[in-house]
Amino acid sequence: MFKRRIYLDNNATTPLHPDVKKSLTDTMKVFGNVSSMHSFGREAKAQLENARSRIASFINANSDEIIFVGSGSEANNTVLNMVSCCSYMCSNKCKDRHQILISEIEHPCILETSKCLAEKGISVSYVSVDKYGKIDMGQLKKRLSEGIMLVSVMMANNEIGTIQDIKEISRIVHDKGALFHTDAVQAVGKIFVDVKGLDADFLSFSAHKIYGPKGVGALYVKSGSPFCPFIRGGHQEQGRRAGTENTLGIVGMAAAIDARKREMAPEAERLKRMRERLRNFIKDNIPDVTFNGHPDDSLPGTLNVSFKGAEGEAILLYLDLEGIAVSTGSACASGSLDPSHVLLAIKIGHENAHGAIRFSLGRETTDNDIDYVIDKLPLVVEKVRGMSSAYSKRQVKQ
Amino acid sequence: MTEPLKWVYTEKVKEHFINPKNVLKDDTEYNADGEGVVGNIKCGDQMLMMIKVDKDTQTILDCKWKTYGCASAIASTSILSEKVKGMKLDDAYKISPKDIVKELGGLPEHKIHCSVLGDKALRAAIDDYYKRNGMGDKIKREAARIICKCMNITDHEIENAVLEGARTYLQLQEKTKIGTVCGQCKEETLRLLEEYKNRHLK
Repeated sequence: MFKRRIYLDNNATTPLHPDVKKSLTDTMKVFGNVSSMHSFGREAKAQLENARSRIASFINANSDEIIFVGSGSEANNTVLNMVSCCSYMCSNKCKDRHQILISEIEHPCILETSKCLAEKGISVSYVSVDKYGKIDMGQLKKRLSEGIMLVSVMMANNEIGTIQDIKEISRIVHDKGALFHTDAVQAVGKIFVDVKGLDADFLSFSAHKIYGPKGVGALYVKSGSPFCPFIRGGHQEQGRRAGTENTLGIVGMAAAIDARKREMAPEAERLKRMRERLRNFIKDNIPDVTFNGHPDDSLPGTLNVSFKGAEGEAILLYLDLEGIAVSTGSACASGSLDPSHVLLAIKIGHENAHGAIRFSLGRETTDNDIDYVIDKLPLVVEKVRGMSSAYSKRQVKQ
Repeated sequence: MTEPLKWVYTEKVKEHFINPKNVLKDDTEYNADGEGVVGNIKCGDQMLMMIKVDKDTQTILDCKWKTYGCASAIASTSILSEKVKGMKLDDAYKISPKDIVKELGGLPEHKIHCSVLGDKALRAAIDDYYKRNGMGDKIKREAARIICKCMNITDHEIENAVLEGARTYLQLQEKTKIGTVCGQCKEETLRLLEEYKNRHLK
């Protein structure tokens, strides 16, 4: 059976850009180890360094400020784990600072690493967000004590799309003498990012969120910043990340970035227009909905909406039966019992969090796709609500 | 393209999720002889169960429901509503989550707790019927027993923690804080942990 499939989960991952596919197949023949001195190695090395400079220039970094890693999660883990390292061999001289400050809406790879650091005796504090998911700047200033070594705040949130004022956060953090890291996995390639303008010390990003291959990410480390490797045992990446370089993946990432240089700005306009069309349709045609995230400072293709009285996993699976792929903040889909920490942090309440659906549009999304969703979504929500005890005209009392 | 994606759920769950049976429609009259609601929206699961009972034979004639919850919650209520029709109240009262999971051909482990509301809602509906018909003596109150005196943790809380995914003493402690003060209840807790694992998961 041929069935229409529509992918609206581009914040989870994206399909490869045709240019990326081409560059991957073209590069497959290059197999040399970058560290080898012979021609095979030099061939790979040339490819790698060429890719590095293309990627670096996209975020206004110098080539030697880019370290290739295995994922955005690895980049984030690398930065956070530096805080617990105080070895005399390590360039990360701790001085008297041993604490970290992170936002409540970070990705699990930051939250879980922080919990692990807390077990090792590092004090971790949190800064909360407002109802749109924006950092509480007053609280940030208040919580920035002298002991804080590192602050980490994500640039754009994967679930609700809210974009932070990173430049201002970075300024506040530096005023107090702490280092600043931003997880820009959802931002780089979707919105304009300039590391020098932002004055970040560390910035993480990834290839597969922007039509590049999976299994490759990059970490920007500002020249002169303290650093401590997360993966040791090799001289690769200036001794900052051991392991033979993933030449193929990195070249693919550079191809993805090259495409972003051309496509990002017009695509953002297009996605924003389609997203607003979907938002307006939902607002006008489906009762009892709430939109989550910031109305303006938001990723162009992200729309997060809560359907009152309807549980998210049920909506997701009925949409999936129609061929539409989305994601949910509901607990049921996550394997835990708590709904999304991001949705709870913006205080929309448990019920709305359980009923939250994220549509994330991408470069392959068309107006036809949105038409199809507009056609199917009301019926799906009606079906789920029709059997819901939480959306009944009858009084359900306990 | 062939159907490329096997669901995390069994075909039986999928079947009942796509075509749920006996859903209570908002716009129709349904005069139930007993009804019960369990769970709460905050936790992401709530079920309303309504039954019609033949008074002479004490048999469930019909059953309608509404569920707020995920696919496994919807499917488990649906399959339960089919199962109980024609069943004696005494027998229906004994249906356990394990029976429902079995009918569904299994559930992913972290979804087991979604199926426990069905039998609870059914018992609540039967209790309601007993209450309405002056048979309150048949209602079995499952009184909670305190196991951990320091943290005031009951056997029900241990059971819930198991249903929510605790499989080891450590995980139980993470969820409930049981035995984190004097630790004297450890032996009894371990016994209950095994008992509930056997009851719900094996």
